[in-house]
Amino acid sequence: MSSYDVIVIGAGHNGLTNAAFLAKAGLRVLVVEKNDYVGGATVSRELHDGWKYSNCSYVCSLFRPEIYNALDLGRHGLQVIPLVSSMTFKQDGDYFGSYSDPNIRRHELLRHSRRDADAAIRFDADVMRWCRLIRGFLLRTPPDPGSFKPRDIFEFAYLLKKFYELSESQIYEFVRFFTMSIAEYLENYFENETILAHYSGGSIIGTGLGVYSPGTAYVLLHHAMGDVDGNVGSWGFSRGGMGAVSGALASSFRSLSGEIRTDAEVAKIIVAGNKATGVQLASGEKLFAKTIVSNLDAKRTFTKVMDEKDLPPKLVERARNFKIRGSSGKLNIALDGMPTFSALPKDSPLTLGHMHFTDTLQRLEKAYDDWKDDCWSADPYVDLLIPSQYDPTLAPPGKHMMSVFVQYCPVEPEGGWSESKRDQFGQTVIDQIAEYSPDFKDLLLHAEVRTPRELESEVGLTEGNIFQGELTFDQLLFNRPFPGYAQYRGPVRGMYMCGSSTHPGGGVMGAPGANAAREILRDLRKPDTTPEEFSDD
Amino acid sequence: MTSRTDAIIIGAGHNGLVCATYLARAGLNVVCIEARDSAGGMSAPRTIADDYHFPGLAQASYPVSSAIRTDLKLDRFGYTPGRAVQTIALDSAGRNLSIGAESISGDSVPDADAAAYPVFRRQYLEFAKALRPLFDNKPPRLKDMPFADKATLLKLGWNIRMGLGKEAMYELLRIAAINIYDVLNDTFEDDRLKGAIAADAIMGSAMGPRTPGTVLTWLQRIEGELNGPLSLQSGGRTQLVHALTQSAEDAGVRIRLAARVEKILVDNGKAFGVRLTGGEMLKARTVVSNADPRLTLGSLVGPRLLDTMFANRVAQIRGPGVVAKLNLALAGKPEFNGLADDLSGERLLIAPSMKYVERAYNFSKYGEYSDQPVLDIAMPSMHNSGLAPDGHHVMSVNVAYVPYELAGGWDEQKTALAYKVISQLGTYSPNLKSLIVDHEFLTPQDIEDQFGAVQGHWHHGELSIHQSFMMRPLHGAAQYDTPVERLFLCGAGCHPGGGLTGLPGRNAARRILALGGVK
Amino acid sequence: MIFEHTHFRQALQLSPFHERIAALSKTENWTSWNTYKVPRVLDKLSTEYFAIRSGTAVMDLTPMEKYRISGGDAQEYLDRLVARDISNLRPGRVTYIVWCNDDGKLIDDGTLFQLGDNDYRICAQHHQLDWLLMSAAGFDVQVELETDNVAALAVQGPTSYSVLSEAGIAGLEHLKPFGIHDLHCGDIPVTVSRTGFTGDLGYEVWMQPSDALAVWDAIFAVQGRYDVHAMGLDALEMVRIEAGFIMPGFDFNTAESTVRDGYDRSPYEVGLGWVVNLDKGHFTGRKALQLEKTQPGKRRLTKIVVDGNKPVGEAFIYNGKNGKQVGEIRCTTWSPILKANLALADIDLVNGKLPSDLWARFDYQRELKWRTAWAACRAQAKPFYNPEHRSATPPARF
Repeated sequence: MSSYDVIVIGAGHNGLTNAAFLAKAGLRVLVVEKNDYVGGATVSRELHDGWKYSNCSYVCSLFRPEIYNALDLGRHGLQVIPLVSSMTFKQDGDYFGSYSDPNIRRHELLRHSRRDADAAIRFDADVMRWCRLIRGFLLRTPPDPGSFKPRDIFEFAYLLKKFYELSESQIYEFVRFFTMSIAEYLENYFENETILAHYSGGSIIGTGLGVYSPGTAYVLLHHAMGDVDGNVGSWGFSRGGMGAVSGALASSFRSLSGEIRTDAEVAKIIVAGNKATGVQLASGEKLFAKTIVSNLDAKRTFTKVMDEKDLPPKLVERARNFKIRGSSGKLNIALDGMPTFSALPKDSPLTLGHMHFTDTLQRLEKAYDDWKDDCWSADPYVDLLIPSQYDPTLAPPGKHMMSVFVQYCPVEPEGGWSESKRDQFGQTVIDQIAEYSPDFKDLLLHAEVRTPRELESEVGLTEGNIFQGELTFDQLLFNRPFPGYAQYRGPVRGMYMCGSSTHPGGGVMGAPGANAAREILRDLRKPDTTPEEFSDD
Repeated sequence: MTSRTDAIIIGAGHNGLVCATYLARAGLNVVCIEARDSAGGMSAPRTIADDYHFPGLAQASYPVSSAIRTDLKLDRFGYTPGRAVQTIALDSAGRNLSIGAESISGDSVPDADAAAYPVFRRQYLEFAKALRPLFDNKPPRLKDMPFADKATLLKLGWNIRMGLGKEAMYELLRIAAINIYDVLNDTFEDDRLKGAIAADAIMGSAMGPRTPGTVLTWLQRIEGELNGPLSLQSGGRTQLVHALTQSAEDAGVRIRLAARVEKILVDNGKAFGVRLTGGEMLKARTVVSNADPRLTLGSLVGPRLLDTMFANRVAQIRGPGVVAKLNLALAGKPEFNGLADDLSGERLLIAPSMKYVERAYNFSKYGEYSDQPVLDIAMPSMHNSGLAPDGHHVMSVNVAYVPYELAGGWDEQKTALAYKVISQLGTYSPNLKSLIVDHEFLTPQDIEDQFGAVQGHWHHGELSIHQSFMMRPLHGAAQYDTPVERLFLCGAGCHPGGGLTGLPGRNAARRILALGGVK
Repeated sequence: MIFEHTHFRQALQLSPFHERIAALSKTENWTSWNTYKVPRVLDKLSTEYFAIRSGTAVMDLTPMEKYRISGGDAQEYLDRLVARDISNLRPGRVTYIVWCNDDGKLIDDGTLFQLGDNDYRICAQHHQLDWLLMSAAGFDVQVELETDNVAALAVQGPTSYSVLSEAGIAGLEHLKPFGIHDLHCGDIPVTVSRTGFTGDLGYEVWMQPSDALAVWDAIFAVQGRYDVHAMGLDALEMVRIEAGFIMPGFDFNTAESTVRDGYDRSPYEVGLGWVVNLDKGHFTGRKALQLEKTQPGKRRLTKIVVDGNKPVGEAFIYNGKNGKQVGEIRCTTWSPILKANLALADIDLVNGKLPSDLWARFDYQRELKWRTAWAACRAQAKPFYNPEHRSATPPARF
């Protein structure tokens, strides 16, 4: 029986990223995965004959180009195509489009509000400023405010230096931005209701917060920070679906002599003498390594696969209280042809990007109210994409695949989920789309409806939270996942965390995996194989 | 006319009086100008149906800051903090819960909660204590800090890191910006308890228990407890406003009532006085405004004399009032389900669960109100029989959430809402309706009209994080001085905000004096 | 710009003059100016350049952002908006203005036309509606974007007076620099201002978009007798540098779109201190500018002549050959009329003074081979080119 230097639990994109960087440093790394496929929530699966669904995550928003480059993912088959437009349908039959061409974009803004067209310039500059600041923190380990170690003090000094690149009033504006609601923040710039709703929507994706909840404004950066080939602010779609991301990561990892075992669910992390020594699989088999890394969410890691007696009581309490409420659903739809949308001229480029149907802040907020009451939104906010328009691998020629991300959907509606409730939820979404697309229902061949429950049972994300823990202030930066444990190290020696539960959090970004690898390599006194951030200065 | 005026204070609310008195004690010649015909602003007493007297809009509060109490010799002028009360979380079925400073008691209180409660409160009081340097000083600038600001931050940092210790510091940093809903769910089981604490966190703010930032509003509230227990205002000479007025006059402050400031006079970027409605001009070296910053900067100065972006940011200050006031004149003592007779003088709360509070909040977001409002009830006549005729009582109720702008307008719906509130009270006190002699209902709009608080907001601006500390009321005017030279702010719209602590007034006075009385 | 669902099919807007300009364009060398389709060069750059300096050049000004300011408080509003004292401005006059943000940093420059009592037009390079409306709070004033509603032509060059007169616009002889007259071109009502961006004699003609082609045709009808050429942006770039005019967004970064702290500029820093009046009462940025005035200047946008005949392009400026880097060139042109490399450079001051020994270090190529060169620079205060005939009233008739 072979032994390993490192065992990574979970072959999600962060687990694979982490494993690849460790393997690159010459370590013998094994990744164990409970499912019979790799990728975790970064997958594409053929659930309807001839159609490939990215049935969990659906866009590469923040995937770090540094990681892409360092792991040579292009040569391992990854292609990320920028998604350059987005749009919102209005209830009155019109629509607002955010086009990629700056001239067309401006004309469209002017069409809705002359003032907003000009305010967009101020808005873009301000958001870019915050973006430049935050982006520098993604591929760094957060400092521990409870520590007096030189490294933590140095890191705080670095953060301070970055802050002091701002002027005094910009610092206050940044703090405001960071603590404001998206709706209120945008109201500082825009007056048009549709424009406000359009730019707010992205901030609630995956969160248990509404557009008026403080702390949602900064999520704007998730849109502004994605950089696909210099298209700052754009999200990207990976050819072949999200599975192509994990596929490329797995391929890169294997090329570095890494080993992946699927169908190998970890039941327990074995701890001896305050040190992690291995894992026990559900089958009973035990595997040993000096270093164990968990790509599972923090709640699952510390309440399910680690034994309470191996952990400090405070940590167990924190893990139990870890906020990881699911709030999103997903529909993956096979279509017999390209649907038409009544509001859009036939040659409109807007079907290539994100499409939304919620045109007022009030509708967005009411969707949230429903979720607070443990119901799915009667009038949900959806992020709809038809990637088969430019990705030939997803559907047969002439046919299409539609991905519909739905906000909000409760973890557990009153009385629990049932087959029929799930169908009702799906129907709510289908009806909303059909209101704007007359031929949609006729073209519909198959729909996979996913609630947080499915996300939990298939992928293992607790409560189906797509970010492995909410991105609220108590779970950000040096608080993520828990105060005192934000530097990827677990409570016992040789045990680490590398999932989205750790800084900088969710989104298919890869940064937590890379950051965790840096810390592990540091502890093992191995050369650092993780990349530094590309400077955008 | 008397000799040259050094400082004009606009508004004789408690912060205005505190500031005026500090300045006068430092030797400045101070005039305090009040639009209403009595001092005290929102804490001034009011009367309905001739014989029923209410101690003021503020009904239960923590005592004024101890430093102010000492500095201004308030006790000498008759100040006592009022009667300490506990909070009774009412339950419609009479399963009421008593919430004291140290313990909770009542029907079927979970043991775990009874044990957790004192620990929880002690921890939050520790947090509040650690934050004191921040509350007691002008908010530090974050760049190009002068020494005083560095000292504040150092003290704060020391308190948090060394005073609290590592674990408590972690906890403070974790909870500082989040919502009270999650914290309470992590700590307690009992819905009544969670509802009651949540109600304290949101009262006066346009936030629900699930709104991030409500831990901070609650911390700011219980910070007052460091000065003494929650007490009920029961009117008369012991009341804060009365003592403050006396102390001010003793220090030489001239208080001019029934004089409304219409404009702050500015020449070449410097304030030099005020113009009253009617046209009278009063000049002074320094002008200090206790009014809502949105009023002070937005109209008393006006955007024309401010820079464009600053004026725009003033216009963006958020503070929609969401609390209405129901004052009831009662022909007898109302009885509450399951409430022992001797407890009806306590502070009574109808906020049976966090979900109840959150749902009540939902309506206000859309300019509507809930049939099931959060009610904060006090009967000051239980402690001061002089407030009402023999055997009669006065009851004062804070009603949340009542939007400032009601969809469809207030005219037609005001009475309807008052009756809805009364009917909800009736669920908890079946005999109440029959005792009502008269009532007064003040919507946030009425509060604005009568007290000048913009949009009827208690705190002259939401106490949300992005409007707190060095961003309160807005950066560029957060250290009490404003872009207009010789014009200062001293009201609740400034750091550290609302409540009856008097700290904004004190911090402002110290700032004015540190700048030599002028800027 | 009403309910137009299909504008995405045409990225660039067409000006009312487009038909004529397109007919004259031999190179199809187009670019975008404020989302309008405009020519860089129509035929030959030198022809267009010399038309400006020797004959008459005509340029479509429609894409210039135009804002109408009206209402009872219009003057007070403008007074608070701009740094210049405009109390002497009268109907029928134009003045050059700049406006700043709260920090005293330039948002834009432009020309202010007083068209009547309480009736003004601001012409600006950048999109300003957001700022202009934000500044309007508390004033009885209406601010309207009228870029698409007003067509305009710049008619510039020593013979422009003759050309316009021949084209049927009578009454120009009394029009002084920075004056505005309401006149007719034939029987088409036009407004003519004696303004321009070329540093030469010149006029700007304002009209209804529906009259645009007729006015164009009237002007070009004199072509047989006069040298009249349509011109593009490339020629304008040459002459405006010769005249020492600066372009927001090119020579300095406008404050509203500046991301990095310290990358924006104050009027003093770009040599526009002369349009700032700190004593006129409150205006946005005044306090910051007052403070700046008390301190030694940090940098200055400076007109420099770079020795030699190599095209300078992008270059750093040094204090002394091989010395310390003190600045960079913002824009540059080879002046055919002065036979010199002209440039505007952003240069750090030393104790408030311009370093004395300025050098440019730049790269240029010969047959694809890149080389590096040093060239001495001479700073100057006056415009590089400022002919006397520019301001003569009435102008010489050709």
